Amino acid sequence: MKVELKNISKSFGENHVLEGVDLTVEPGEVHSLVGENGAGKSTLMNIFTGLLKSDGGEILVDGKAVHYSGPLDAEQHGISFIHQEMNNFAEMSVVDNMFLSKELRTKFGLMDQKTMIKQANHYLGELGSNIDVLAPIGSLTVGNQQMIEIAKSLMTNAKVIIMDEPTAALTGNEIKQLFEVVNKLRAKGVSFIYISHRMEEIFKIADRVTVMRDGVSVATYKVADVAMKQLVHDMVGRDIGSFYPDRNPKIGKVALEAKHLKENGVFDDINFEVHDGEILGFSGLMGAGRTEIMRAIFGIDKLTSGEILLDGKKVSIHTPEQAIRHNIGFLTEDRKDEGLILEDSIYNNIALPSIEGFKKHGLIDDKTIDDFVKMLMKRLTVKAMGADVSAGSLSGGNQQKVVLAKWVGSGARVLILDEPTRGVDVGAKREIYELMNELTDRNVAIIMISSDLPEVLSMSDRIAVVYEGRITGVVDAKGATQDMVMTLATGGTVNATSR
Amino acid sequence: MQQVDNETPKKKFDFKQIISKMGTVIALLILVLVVTIANPGFLQPDNLLNLLRQTSINAIIAFGMTFVILTGGIDLSVGSILAFTGAVTASTIGSGTPAWLAILFGLLLGALFGCLNGFIIAYGKAAAFIATLATMTIFRGATYVFTDGNPISSNALNNSFLFQYVGRGYLFGIPFPIIIMVVAFLIWFVVLNKTAFGRKTYALGGNERAAFVAGVNTNKTTILIYTISGLMASLAGMILTSRLSSAQPDAGTSYEMDAIAAVVLGGTSLAGGKGRITGTLVGALIIGTLNNGMNLLGISSFYQQIVKGVVILIAVLLDRKKNKA
Repeated sequence: MKVELKNISKSFGENHVLEGVDLTVEPGEVHSLVGENGAGKSTLMNIFTGLLKSDGGEILVDGKAVHYSGPLDAEQHGISFIHQEMNNFAEMSVVDNMFLSKELRTKFGLMDQKTMIKQANHYLGELGSNIDVLAPIGSLTVGNQQMIEIAKSLMTNAKVIIMDEPTAALTGNEIKQLFEVVNKLRAKGVSFIYISHRMEEIFKIADRVTVMRDGVSVATYKVADVAMKQLVHDMVGRDIGSFYPDRNPKIGKVALEAKHLKENGVFDDINFEVHDGEILGFSGLMGAGRTEIMRAIFGIDKLTSGEILLDGKKVSIHTPEQAIRHNIGFLTEDRKDEGLILEDSIYNNIALPSIEGFKKHGLIDDKTIDDFVKMLMKRLTVKAMGADVSAGSLSGGNQQKVVLAKWVGSGARVLILDEPTRGVDVGAKREIYELMNELTDRNVAIIMISSDLPEVLSMSDRIAVVYEGRITGVVDAKGATQDMVMTLATGGTVNATSR
Repeated sequence: MQQVDNETPKKKFDFKQIISKMGTVIALLILVLVVTIANPGFLQPDNLLNLLRQTSINAIIAFGMTFVILTGGIDLSVGSILAFTGAVTASTIGSGTPAWLAILFGLLLGALFGCLNGFIIAYGKAAAFIATLATMTIFRGATYVFTDGNPISSNALNNSFLFQYVGRGYLFGIPFPIIIMVVAFLIWFVVLNKTAFGRKTYALGGNERAAFVAGVNTNKTTILIYTISGLMASLAGMILTSRLSSAQPDAGTSYEMDAIAAVVLGGTSLAGGKGRITGTLVGALIIGTLNNGMNLLGISSFYQQIVKGVVILIAVLLDRKKNKA
């Protein structure tokens, strides 16, 4: 099935979100859609899938103009949207989730469990997956849940499948599996619209790529004919030089030292140190224990044993409150659940960790906090209508800057960043990197966990690699290669281990 | 680079915004207008003071409940705490203890019960609804055991000037319970809006995990909040016992519902994180005006309940609509 979106426009009030967007997807094609947050990708897809009505332009399916009455109608036209956040009912079984509101019935009007299980197995089998369809969906890995989403698309006989950031929460292996499935289906003539912030993936899986910026489709390229630099240029509207800013670290004395950290069954014998002004990268596969180590250091989880030294002195940290008192900050991996109070204002989010410091005779001083928040928003270039808008209304990049602002504001001297650029668009990514440089220039020690290898290699001064709960090596970032880090991350050994 | 629009915090006069922010106040004014038209006697100063005095007990409980609901919790045990602490204070005075000491003891006991609630919820990780449902039953049972099911009254109670003053006294012509309500309101207003503890209360209700990671001692904050609720319930208990000159074992039954209604009418979200204590005061006044107005109009108490329920339902539905828009 060939679909064409022609000259699509859409406004919300006076805000022109889309101003003439074109997109053509051939049968069996994987077409990547890229652009910064707010470029209009989601709006375009929502129009394509019948969630929104366009103000102008037309949608052609196999050359014929179509008008959907709603998402169900679009689904009947063979269009399926797999959202980034999957709306599953964790406690319900795979098969119940798959057939939700489409339950098959026996002639007595009761649920036909037998046929539903058979069909669920059939569609999953087509994807080469052998998930237990009776297991509660919440017990499955994110990768498997995604397989189920794809199977659901097949159930509706989808000819075009839209995937929004499908790999954001997948491990390397799961990504491989996903790509295999995509290739299998594309061979059968299913097309994909693939939205991703991860450039390497686009080059790996897509046939063509369309770049959107400020509500316009800027260009469409064959992936084989385009360089990453060009795509970034098109997305941002300017050259941002090398994607990663240069680092000229002035590394000082040891700021934080971990000695023989252990959490039963999670990690063991973790030793590392991070210096003033240094970025220590933490690499490793998902589930290797990187995040858990940091959570324990910050007092969210409990250490079984081991010592943490700050400036050479042993400290005991059992709660985040104590960690903050020792000037440690922690940007968590899960921004929505742990990083921000989404419904609360930027103001309150930034001030929260520092709130005790604004007391005057027991009362807090709003005026001082106000200045403090505005200063931080300016310094971290948080783009918002004001400090009183809710954090949840910001784009991913700006949300991340708010989280950073709160830790910078709390006076953190050791800053732990867990996937600081996940779900953040290209422009904001660059700004976050520059901020990290600015912070280390001011002697802050940064520990950066990241699954993005180029990021780890470019931004770190040293890289610690974690494999199955142990540090398998600490390498100098200069001279380290992706292969080297991946070898360590999968349990191998390399020679270039430093310190 | 985009301009950061920090320079325009003052918004233009926005009629819609004012309507949505002042919704409960407008509802109260309309209610007052309707009752006044039906019975002009409503606006007599005596009646208004009477209304405020009737409102004070519910308002005081609702102030504590506001903190609890802001964290996404609920406290069903307030009515039972009211009864138990009232009974203990009445009996302590009856046995010859000075009234001030007995009142202090009653208040501390209320705070202690609230603290217990908070402890169970924070460390036991129990759902507030179930935990306080259980303690509601326990405290009520304890009240019956303590009073043997009989009202407590005594000459000492009747003769204590201080104790009588709490519920029946006048200061500058204003019934003392109203003074207590206003002072309590001012204190909790400042605590909620001007202290670090207040901010933490909102943070806790908005997202407990994020608050914890941001350094909020969530257990301590939770315990403090339920302690406040217990304290306010026992304060209401002092007033009620004083007004009646006796402690009734079934005093305060279903008071938690009126308090919750006042908080919700005031626009505080049951999901936590959003709301204002000023709204709670207005909410309590709406309930008070409804009760008072319907009494003035001679509406049977059976019908009164239906009307009250319908008003709460309308308020909540309007609020849902407003939040969606």
